[in-house]
Amino acid sequence: MLRNTTIAIVLFVLAGSFIKPSMHAYPEKLSDWGIFDGKISDMHPAKGVVPYALNTPLYTDYAEKARFVRLPKGASVNYASENVLDFPVGTLLVKSFYYSADFRHPGIDKNIIETRILVHETAGWKAMTYVWNETQTDAELEIAGDDKTVKFIDKAGQQQSFRYVVPNQNQCKGCHNNNDKIMPIGPSVAQLNGTLAYASGKQNQIEYWQSNGLLVNVPQHSTIPKTPVWNDPSTGSLNARARAYLAINCAHCHRKEGPAQTSGLFLPESENETIAYGVNKTPIAAGNGSGGRLVDIKPGDANASIIWYRMQTTNPGERMPELGRNLVHQEGVTLIKEWIDKMNNKD
Amino acid sequence: MKLFSYTVIALFSFSFSVSAQKDFQKKYQSQLILAEDGAVIELPEGTFTLTNTLSLEGKKKITIRGKGIDKTILSFKGQTDGAEGLRVSDCENILLEGFTVEDAKGDAIKTMHVKNISFNKVKVTWLGTPGPENGGYGFYPVQCEGVTIDHCVAIGASDAGIYVGQSKDIIVKNSVAYHNVAGIEIENSLRADVYENESYENTGGVLVFDLPNLVQKKGGQIKVHNNNIHDNNFPNFAPKGNIVAMVQTGTGILILATKGLDIYQNKIVNNQTTSTGIISYYTTGKLIKDEAYDPFPSAISIHDNLYERKPGLPVGTDALSAIVTRKFKDNTPHIFFDGIKNPKLLDEKGNWIAGQCISIVNNQNQSIATLDAQNQFKGMGRADDSFKCVN
Repeated sequence: MLRNTTIAIVLFVLAGSFIKPSMHAYPEKLSDWGIFDGKISDMHPAKGVVPYALNTPLYTDYAEKARFVRLPKGASVNYASENVLDFPVGTLLVKSFYYSADFRHPGIDKNIIETRILVHETAGWKAMTYVWNETQTDAELEIAGDDKTVKFIDKAGQQQSFRYVVPNQNQCKGCHNNNDKIMPIGPSVAQLNGTLAYASGKQNQIEYWQSNGLLVNVPQHSTIPKTPVWNDPSTGSLNARARAYLAINCAHCHRKEGPAQTSGLFLPESENETIAYGVNKTPIAAGNGSGGRLVDIKPGDANASIIWYRMQTTNPGERMPELGRNLVHQEGVTLIKEWIDKMNNKD
Repeated sequence: MKLFSYTVIALFSFSFSVSAQKDFQKKYQSQLILAEDGAVIELPEGTFTLTNTLSLEGKKKITIRGKGIDKTILSFKGQTDGAEGLRVSDCENILLEGFTVEDAKGDAIKTMHVKNISFNKVKVTWLGTPGPENGGYGFYPVQCEGVTIDHCVAIGASDAGIYVGQSKDIIVKNSVAYHNVAGIEIENSLRADVYENESYENTGGVLVFDLPNLVQKKGGQIKVHNNNIHDNNFPNFAPKGNIVAMVQTGTGILILATKGLDIYQNKIVNNQTTSTGIISYYTTGKLIKDEAYDPFPSAISIHDNLYERKPGLPVGTDALSAIVTRKFKDNTPHIFFDGIKNPKLLDEKGNWIAGQCISIVNNQNQSIATLDAQNQFKGMGRADDSFKCVN
């Protein structure tokens, strides 16, 4: 069996070598970007590279994520109370997807799968991903996507094994899409308005960015919006956390400028029309994704709601989000179920 | 020892085929990503198994060409990723030609935000007995401008085999659709010409719908002519919740809330429940919360079609079919109007104002009933002479 696997890998590598894509403008290797210092798999940011985190991040098959931003030298970002920050041309946003061997001991024995880069060029944002080698010594540019078997021990101590899918370059734009232009999804001030452990100690990210000159024209801190942490009830009501969860996981497509505009289901937190965010809304093109349910959200009854159904199925033609979710996010499903089950049926 | 070597050979060939499939996916996905504008991507003859969507994005003047229907087969039977078989988005002047897409887990071919998309001699199919686990749409251009579907075949979609939604300037011709819930569906679309198609053995042959809560609100200027729409009596297998789940088994043509239709010279034969239905969105019983949406059908002309049906009771198993059957028994009329008119389009005598009328004239074997849906069907009855425009 081992031998066969080896043969398969050899064939695969051979096949890969003669169809190797050329992307002239970008480095073939992640190390060539100079994002990390020292041993690359330690992901220690080089000078000018700043780690960041989001209050409520996008779920991707339980992957842990290490995020970094690098602004052009001397550049800064203007404060904006809404939407993703308007990063200047030359900005890099970097996100590594990795799995700790045992989720009960995060950060130990990490297996880094891919590092995605968004680079802001004069012509707009470009997206690409680098797939890490087995020995974790570097990662290579991969435009056609890939898949890898990933194993980890989950928080309950159960061994998990699944197929992790690295998106192809077109699929990047499946999510990072604003009126058919590639756009970052996460880093808004509301999402950044939380504490992060920096090398210099714990600090609020907005304060850190402000004091290090990354973010300018920042108003009074008490007026800065703050996205609740989806799984921390002390940070927001059930409704606020559920809407924040749906916004980061769904609204990149499900909004008026996104690829799922055809559905008429809009999930940004700012959407106030109940039917537009799914309450008693009939589906348009759900197909088998309706799971036999009649409306996206049936107040008081998650089981009868299409949103719940599509979150808890793994069938690729039915599941939501469409990409990056081979494993059900049990905790996310529980949150949305509770939100719908407690919703009042007055609409 | 001999047994062992067989095992090795068997495992080897398995590994090889998995690798070869992955090779195909990677090779063609890379080509689609790297294609220069104007490129022709040639797909070889054979059956190729894909596990992920093949996608084309942000390109101009690209042709994807196989060796022909059922000669080049892209099978998505083992698909593990992606919500459609083939996806084309944000492109211009794209031609898809000469191949078959089988067993996509979701929609077979979705094209979105494409200016000028042509499908020529392409087949989409779900093998086996049609069921709700089949993907929703076969051909699925949505929010496109300039759509041509020619000499295509669609089989087994759990929603619509050939579906054009929220698009403009559409031609669907010379195509065949069967064993879908809806054979051909035009939804919230402007300027569509649907002709010389054969739509048969679906639940409904041709649907023209306007639905609420969509970005492109209003369809219209639609012609459906010279089609052969017959034997659409296939039991409805759409997953509940989808609008087509309410289509009656035995429907030839169904018009829902659309304005500006010309339906002529079709053969509408042996669709055993409703040869042609014209209904407002109210009759679906679904909630409307969209102020910009007009739920009424109007400005429809149905003329010079041939209507026939076999003797017997309607075959629909839904509540409306039951009501109609109780009323008309085996003498069911061909054409139904639910009776709900937009009051703003009526004059003081209750007649349609000029240009807004629903006209049904000069059809062979024409027979019409009004359902009186707004009064719980109490006034349902024949109304054969009520569809001549007076203004």
